[in-house]
Parts: sequence; structure tokens; C-alpha cells
Amino acid sequence: MKVVIDATPFDPWKVLDEYQKSMPKLDGQYGATAVFVGTMRDFNDGDDVSEMFLEHYPGMTERHLENICRQATGEYQLLESLVVHRVGAIKPNDPIVLVAVWSAHRKQAFEACREIMEDVKSKAPFWKKEQLNDGQDRWVEKNTKGY
Amino acid sequence: MGIHVKFFASMRDLMGDDRDIDSEVLKEQAINNVDDIWNYCADDKERSANVLVAVNMDYVDGQTPVKDGDEVAFFPPVTGG
Repeated sequence: MKVVIDATPFDPWKVLDEYQKSMPKLDGQYGATAVFVGTMRDFNDGDDVSEMFLEHYPGMTERHLENICRQATGEYQLLESLVVHRVGAIKPNDPIVLVAVWSAHRKQAFEACREIMEDVKSKAPFWKKEQLNDGQDRWVEKNTKGY
Repeated sequence: MGIHVKFFASMRDLMGDDRDIDSEVLKEQAINNVDDIWNYCADDKERSANVLVAVNMDYVDGQTPVKDGDEVAFFPPVTGG
């Protein structure tokens, strides 16, 4: 299990590849990998967005994400899990979040990945402030529904 | 020690920077729970029903007791991912 909060841009596919290669315990054991990558759009609520700032609560955010992964590991018999989340200044097309889980079978992988991601969206302490093309900025008040 | 109070995102815009409440003040003002902390800091500002609270980085509600040395955080609904 690994949780990373990072202020620098990351390539989720490279991170995923490197992490999986660093986990020899997965060899021969996993039959399913489920991956979610969230990426910044250049629009929201009908407005053009030029940039975003992502704030978090250092300490609590990491602990919360670790707890989510620990719970999902127990509930879905995961072999491994990885969550990477950007903070700081973010541009459209930048990856924001990577959630990846490894399990023996696809049902557990799909459900665990979904559950972790929905928890990230609804409970992990992150906040987005959008910079609009017209120069105004605003805090995002709520996330879009995931279901 | 006292209590360290943190505000995040739009709550910081509303409430200002983080602050410390001294141990003596906690006793003098009878600050015993999260609601008391808010009332001490808020200067009559209303706390919206959707404001979230954490004590020592765990989610709690307004009636949760606080003690010397705690960290209390107020923040709006989260919007990560």
C-alpha cells in the first residue's frame, strides 16, 4: 500500500509501471488490476477554467487515504493498492489523481478501485480553487456525482 | 500548550489565519468542546451546517470535547480527485 501527495506533475502510467515492478510479491498472484486516473478539465459549471490550486490538510489527508486503502484491502482482499494525488498549481490536462488496485479477481478490483475513488472525492480533505479565463477565482463548492 | 485552530480553503477566507488559544483562555472562557472553539473564534460569524470539523485529524461533530494540546480544524466540504 502506498499513498503519495505531490506538488509536482506526474505521469500516472509511468508511476503505475514503476510501482508494479517494485512489487515482486504480485508476480503470479494478481489476476486483475483496476486503475482510475482523474485529469483536470478546462471547464466547470459552464465556465472556462485556466488553472486550479489544490489545497490539502498535511497529515490528515495522508492518514485518511491510508485508512481508505487499509479498509479496502481488508474488504476486497486486495494484494496491493496505490493512490497518488496532486496538490498545488494544476493546469488543464494535468493528471490529478491515480488510484490503482491489484487483486486475484476483477470483481474485487473494480469495486475496490471505485470505493477508494469515491471516498477520495467525498471524504479526503482536499479543496480546489479554480482560476477562470475571465480572471476571477472561486472555491469549488461540490464535486460532481460519481454514480 | 493551548489549542491550535486551523482553517482551510474558503473557511480561511472567512475566518482568517490559524490561531492558538492559550491554556489560561480555555479555562477562563470555559471552552470545552468544538462548538465553544468556533464561538470563541467566530466573532459572531455563523457556521454553515456543511462545515466539517476535525480534532487531531479525525472527523468529529460540534459536541466533541476538546482539551489542552488538541489541534482543531474547520473546513468546507471536500472537493478532491
